[in-house]
Amino acid sequence: MAEKGFFRRVFGGASTPEAEQTEVVETPVPAAVPAVEAPVEKVTWFQKLKRGLSRSSNAISESIVSVFTKRKLDAAALEEFEEVLIKADLGPATAMAITDALRTGRYDREISEEEVKEVLAAEIRKVMDPVAKPLAIDAARKPHVILVVGVNGTGKTTTIGKLTAQLTAEGRKIVLAAGDTFRAAAIEQLKIWGSRSGAEVIAREPGADAAGLAFDALKQAQETGADILLIDTAGRLQNRDELMAELEKILRVIRKVDPSAPHTVLLTLDATTGQNALSQVEIFGKRAGVTGLVMTKLDGTARGGILVAISAKYGLPVHYIGVGEGIDDLEPFAADDFARALAGL
Amino acid sequence: MFENLSERLGGILDRLTKRGALSEADVNEAMREVRRALIEADVALDVVRSFTDKVRSRAVGEQVIRSVTPGQMVVKIVHDQLVEMLGSDARGIDLNATRPVPLMLVGLQGSGKTTTAAKIARRLTDRQKLKVLLASLDTRRPAAQEQLRVLGEQAGIETLPIIPGQLPVEIAGRAMNAGRLGGYDVVILDTAGRTHIDEPLMVEMADIKRTTNPHEILLVADSLTGQDAVNLAKSFNDRVGITGIVLTRVDGDGRGGAALSMRAVTERPIKLIGTGEKLDALEDFDPERIAGRILGMGDIVGLVEKAAANIDAEQAQKAAERMRKGVFTLDDLAEQLGQMQKLGGMSSLMGMIPGIGKAKKQIDAMGIDDSVFKRQVAIISSMTRAERRNPDLLKASRKKRVAAGSGTKVEEVNKLLKMHRQMADMMKAMGKGKGMFGKLGSMMGMGGMGGGLPPGGMPDPAALEKLARGMPGGLPGGLPGGLPGGGLPGLGGMKIPGLPGLPGLPGKKK
Repeated sequence: MAEKGFFRRVFGGASTPEAEQTEVVETPVPAAVPAVEAPVEKVTWFQKLKRGLSRSSNAISESIVSVFTKRKLDAAALEEFEEVLIKADLGPATAMAITDALRTGRYDREISEEEVKEVLAAEIRKVMDPVAKPLAIDAARKPHVILVVGVNGTGKTTTIGKLTAQLTAEGRKIVLAAGDTFRAAAIEQLKIWGSRSGAEVIAREPGADAAGLAFDALKQAQETGADILLIDTAGRLQNRDELMAELEKILRVIRKVDPSAPHTVLLTLDATTGQNALSQVEIFGKRAGVTGLVMTKLDGTARGGILVAISAKYGLPVHYIGVGEGIDDLEPFAADDFARALAGL
Repeated sequence: MFENLSERLGGILDRLTKRGALSEADVNEAMREVRRALIEADVALDVVRSFTDKVRSRAVGEQVIRSVTPGQMVVKIVHDQLVEMLGSDARGIDLNATRPVPLMLVGLQGSGKTTTAAKIARRLTDRQKLKVLLASLDTRRPAAQEQLRVLGEQAGIETLPIIPGQLPVEIAGRAMNAGRLGGYDVVILDTAGRTHIDEPLMVEMADIKRTTNPHEILLVADSLTGQDAVNLAKSFNDRVGITGIVLTRVDGDGRGGAALSMRAVTERPIKLIGTGEKLDALEDFDPERIAGRILGMGDIVGLVEKAAANIDAEQAQKAAERMRKGVFTLDDLAEQLGQMQKLGGMSSLMGMIPGIGKAKKQIDAMGIDDSVFKRQVAIISSMTRAERRNPDLLKASRKKRVAAGSGTKVEEVNKLLKMHRQMADMMKAMGKGKGMFGKLGSMMGMGGMGGGLPPGGMPDPAALEKLARGMPGGLPGGLPGGLPGGGLPGLGGMKIPGLPGLPGLPGKKK
């Protein structure tokens, strides 16, 4: 019975929409104004991250309050706690591990909300600390080649656009390769992002061979002395063998120009994706040699917990999180902030 | 790790079916496993609970005790409950309104709205001969309007001319005007992706609805979505009142729990599913089919459809005829390898065959991919006609030549010849064999799979049989051409059910 009430609370009682509205008032983003023109907000990135994650942490901390204020830490309470984590997409295994940590030394004791949050944050931090690594650009490479891969609609092109702005601001010369020759207008989309940062975009006609384009782009970037070449690729589901083979071909071909390339392979993951993100990391990792992750769309209600499960299993570096559509809505990933924000601290 | 829900349930229910009578404890144990499997499949927790509750109350009771095989009964209950929750009321898009009928697509960023808009337009144009106008109201994402324009061009559908600087609501009004003046039957409004907590954008969406009064508001959602599926579906439904759901990326290897969640929380039907990147990859949602897939029947309907579309029926018939006579040359093998590639390669095929997930993992582990088949075809092409008809001619020097010609090694040639010999032997045995299917079923290694398919895993054998009969010449006629038994080519001694094993399945049931 208590469980039923718990779920009703988590799945939006009448109070949730109001909470959302007040939250939005603080941060007006006019719908019609293109994201780029949005004024630079005077908030630290931690605040922004927290805002992006606030729904997740609210939901979790509210649940924690409801689970623990009136209870001893008994088996039923632990099970509910585990379910709270599962609802944040942490996945069954990770949820169980954290619940176990919570149980140790506290079983059958009264436990405060604060204590639960601390344990949750500490456990998440333990997993995320080793993977929170900034994107390292090797200045010795001319250019440092970054290949961006991922499933359709996970935010590859948008991430490249934001990344270009950041790297350009650092004073680096960026060249973009419009490697998504499949999706309609993907090339135009990248060109628009390129023009926002003043980066050169190398493109061919739609339907052209992406590997050939990557080859040319790398040659050209070498000739013009670019610091970084960012290669966009078409979105592909990881179980589509022929499309993954196409990706392997891109890798093979750019290695003909520079055997050490690509120096970075970024996989974009959509925060709303569930357990399938694990499969995405596994297969893209195996076939495209992913070196780092970017988690996008953390500005929604998706809890982002899958990132904890992924890090526990694969230990791949997490470089950035995407928290909006604006050009500066790409934040370096920081384990402590992420853990605390997720735990509601 | 990446077991499919169907495998999980398959394993659990398999255990159940092996017991005689079904106690409440049995059911409870099964339901615990079902619960965990559903959670791993991204089904929202409260939906999981109501599902297992319903199944439990239906399973423990007279109807089960009285039935001859209680396990089968439970399978059927789980299956029926899945179908019921997914929506036993599959419906298409409703266009029963004054022309032009406004149709609005909403959803998160990257869920596939624009592609879906073009797919729906194409479908309505092709199947119902309707005049459709596409309009993009996405003024936010760079080149989004351009994307729809290009897609419209590809699909041969007219798109509303782009006027830079217009607001989404203005574009919507203009689209409806153009629809009226141009004599269109349907106007499809493709909106910008938005998170459901982005208040200004949710207001904008409601404004668009007010301006155009859409007859259908479809939520386009990614089938790979996790627990958040309930939140987003509920929010969109609360704000604009969706009339249906379009599920995208169903061709992925996600476990599809989001379908159950969103359907349960909105009580709106899933109307269409996106199954690929091409513009015709949009299909009706069939709860039976999805439930069957979840339960371990595999997506047999999808497989048959795919096979029917790609395999030359006449050729297959001929091959089947030869097989019946017990003849199986290297040419036949080459043909089958080729057809398998046409069907989208191993991984795509394997995903559709019921109960084959374990074998798929083994294959992945062995590192066999489609290039193996390509090489095997190359080996066969490097042989002379006489050699192909009579492989015994191939002695050391000939083998060396063939290996050189195909860019392979002699060992690979040997492996292929051995495989062919095994298959030919089996064909011969089958040709003589009595009860071809029953025999195939066991030869295909259904047992050897180690519970590849639970004997009770077919909730409705009659449906399968009907399916088989519906095929030209039945599955045995249509598909043996596609895949010989005895394990898929190239897998050496590994036993996995080839397609011809399918018709054998119902026969496996006692």
